[in-house]
Amino acid sequence: MKYSVFAAAVLSASAAYAEKPELTVYTYDSFVSDWGPGPAVEKAFEAQCGCDLKLVGAGDGAALLARVKLEGARSEADVVLGLDTNLTAAAAATGLFAEHGVTADYSLPVTWKDATFAPYDWGYFAFVHNVDAAVPADFKALGASDMKIVIQDPRSSTPGLGLLMWVKAAYGDEAPAIWAGLADNVVTVTKGWSEAYGLFLEGEADMVLSYTTSPAYHLIAEEDGSKAAAAFDEGHYMQVEVAGILAGSDQPELAQDFMQFMVSDAFQSIIPTTNWMYPSVTPAGGLPEGFETMITPAKSLLLSADEAAAVRDGALDEWLDALSQ
Amino acid sequence: MARRAQPISALPGAGAALIVAALILGTLAAVALRAEAGRGFGGSDWAALRFTLTQAVLSAVLSVGLAIGLARALARRRFWARTALIAFLGAPFILPVIVAILGLLTVFGRAGWISQILMGLGLEPLQIYGLHGVVLAHVFFNLPLATRLILQGWQEIPTERFRLAAQLKAGPGAMWQLLEAPMLRRVVPGALAVVFAICLSSFAVALTLGGGPRATTIELAIYQAFRFDFDLGRAALLSAVQLGLTGIAGFVALRVSDGDGVGAGLDRALRRWDGEAPLARCLDVAWITLAALFLILPLSAVVVSGISGLFLLKASVWMAALTSVLVAGLSTLLLLLLALPMAAAVAMGRSALIEVAGILGLAASPLVIGTGLFIVIYPFVDPFSLALPVTALVNAVMALPFALRILVPRAREVMMRYGRLSLSLNMAGMPFLWRVFLPRMRAQIGFAAGLGAALSMGDLGVITLFADPEVATLPLQVYRLMGAYQMEAAAGAALLLLILSMGAFWILDRGGRWHAEA
Repeated sequence: MKYSVFAAAVLSASAAYAEKPELTVYTYDSFVSDWGPGPAVEKAFEAQCGCDLKLVGAGDGAALLARVKLEGARSEADVVLGLDTNLTAAAAATGLFAEHGVTADYSLPVTWKDATFAPYDWGYFAFVHNVDAAVPADFKALGASDMKIVIQDPRSSTPGLGLLMWVKAAYGDEAPAIWAGLADNVVTVTKGWSEAYGLFLEGEADMVLSYTTSPAYHLIAEEDGSKAAAAFDEGHYMQVEVAGILAGSDQPELAQDFMQFMVSDAFQSIIPTTNWMYPSVTPAGGLPEGFETMITPAKSLLLSADEAAAVRDGALDEWLDALSQ
Repeated sequence: MARRAQPISALPGAGAALIVAALILGTLAAVALRAEAGRGFGGSDWAALRFTLTQAVLSAVLSVGLAIGLARALARRRFWARTALIAFLGAPFILPVIVAILGLLTVFGRAGWISQILMGLGLEPLQIYGLHGVVLAHVFFNLPLATRLILQGWQEIPTERFRLAAQLKAGPGAMWQLLEAPMLRRVVPGALAVVFAICLSSFAVALTLGGGPRATTIELAIYQAFRFDFDLGRAALLSAVQLGLTGIAGFVALRVSDGDGVGAGLDRALRRWDGEAPLARCLDVAWITLAALFLILPLSAVVVSGISGLFLLKASVWMAALTSVLVAGLSTLLLLLLALPMAAAVAMGRSALIEVAGILGLAASPLVIGTGLFIVIYPFVDPFSLALPVTALVNAVMALPFALRILVPRAREVMMRYGRLSLSLNMAGMPFLWRVFLPRMRAQIGFAAGLGAALSMGDLGVITLFADPEVATLPLQVYRLMGAYQMEAAAGAALLLLILSMGAFWILDRGGRWHAEA
């Protein structure tokens, strides 16, 4: 497929480009948008690799995995960037991924041992609210309060699934009771993050499920200090975003170079103010000003990829039961 | 029995219907064949089916019921803002879902305008989330469309009939019985079927305004099967259920709908002599005012929130706008190429299957069509290189049901009135097409093209599966902006989308009826 008619036409049209190898990276949509890390990452990597980096957006993390499964071993992609730990077990099970071989001194709150997927950023899920609101200190208090929240549907949204895992990791078998308590606080459930965040900004709810770093966006990009994330005592569930090399890549060395570049300062320093997440390896220059004001959870929760895959379906049923009453 | 001779062939129409059916059913089959072991139809699916049907039936009945009153009022009154109001009726339908939801909630939400007034009076805020919220949103989307379809029925009653009725001193009751009720029997079933089919495949609107997983529709279950379980067999099964329901609704509508037209007139400018009683006047004014407020308030919320964002738009958004205009143009062309032969074939009384093939486009899940096309195309060509043509084609197929509802009644009339005359004048084939059929269909072609262009402009469709960063359409760019916290710019881009869609709709619709109806 790499040398399809289409590609051949493009290549022959431009002799200069024909000299350069091309690296295709599949990622999620917001990564490649003008406001995401994509444009800067492309520029930085092309400056050092003597290659053409082609970033391709395919929906969100779950749609990305579906895409890779659909294309199978014939995929044109060399690297897939943008899965999280809720998806990596299913991704690894496809057998389409090779070992990444990346070495890095990660600044994650957990130790990273996955040989197939390497992390490039991470964050904590959290409920974001207006600073003047009095917020509960944990899920039980939230359930008992009359705070209104808007969340995302775990069936169609990555953060939505994250919340499911958060309650499960914090409460285990007690999770159904927690959800029963939350049911009357949930104003509504949305298809994706954008809808939920939009509703929150419209004033439809007191809090929205997002990330601890969301207020950093408002603070740094909009100089607006009116948003904050609520710190919950049971700890916050982490989202670790990862990338992996496809075994069928025709540019394995270049793919390896890209993965190593991904954990270098050049890439990592782009992440905080474009993806609004924590870099997986804190760059030499540290985090941008404003990030130090974000809450630091007392406890980091994260289910391993296998645990996450094992509890996922049961947790979804509990969630559906509680919120369908 | 030999078939009656016709001035043009029905074959192209049958061919077009075949293409549409092949696209919809073929993509479904492609997904089903690619599947491994699938999970069958379970308990939660029955719940989803129940909710889907309940909300779709309620939404269709309410939208069309209200549309009859509104269309009647609009048909009887002439006022300065009438044309603008009718043009505006296209707007709710073409907004990206997320934008429309935010607009609706700005008015009807917990912190919306109405709730603020209520709270100012010491009352409870409006409780919008639930089945009633879903129906409210669907009425917001579909009332305008149903009104346009039904209003067209009124406009097809020749002015001579009204003149005759007035001369015979027909009162409102007689007018209803003689002219309006027969026309409605012909138009309403089709409008019901179209709105029902649209609401059947609702997902984000139903979930968000339904207040949670109670409001799970089949489309959401398809989505879940695809991306949560990656169970393609299940996605195909659920999609087949959706198509089956729409097919049944389409068949029932065709059966119930009374085929006889109202006959042709002399195309004089419409004049009405009825409905001058003070009570009728007041009622009409009330209908129009309430409906206008209901539709315009959320739209104005979209406009207000978007104005400042218009100045934040970057080059990429303008590029996306250009792409969207191109896609809409191509899609409109494809739409007319499919719809006109199909309308002509239906008008000549050929198989009802053609009309049902047309309505299926509404119920086809974009996710399944997109995935199916992807599976079919992938072995041969780079799907990215086909992103725009594929999007245009799928958008055309999705707009086809509307185009057919608009074109068929008129086509039937033209065939009935001029078919034999043209044959006797030896004007079959091309001369009939160019000199009789198309000129007399001009207003309907304009309306259908306008709606098709506007729908294509606003539809996210299958572009998400095929998009590469350089060829985003405007709706996709709106989502990307929101995903990057750029809510203000997203609101601006949504406003731009609204302006472009309305503009395309207005130009084509106006172009079609230039010097037609006064």
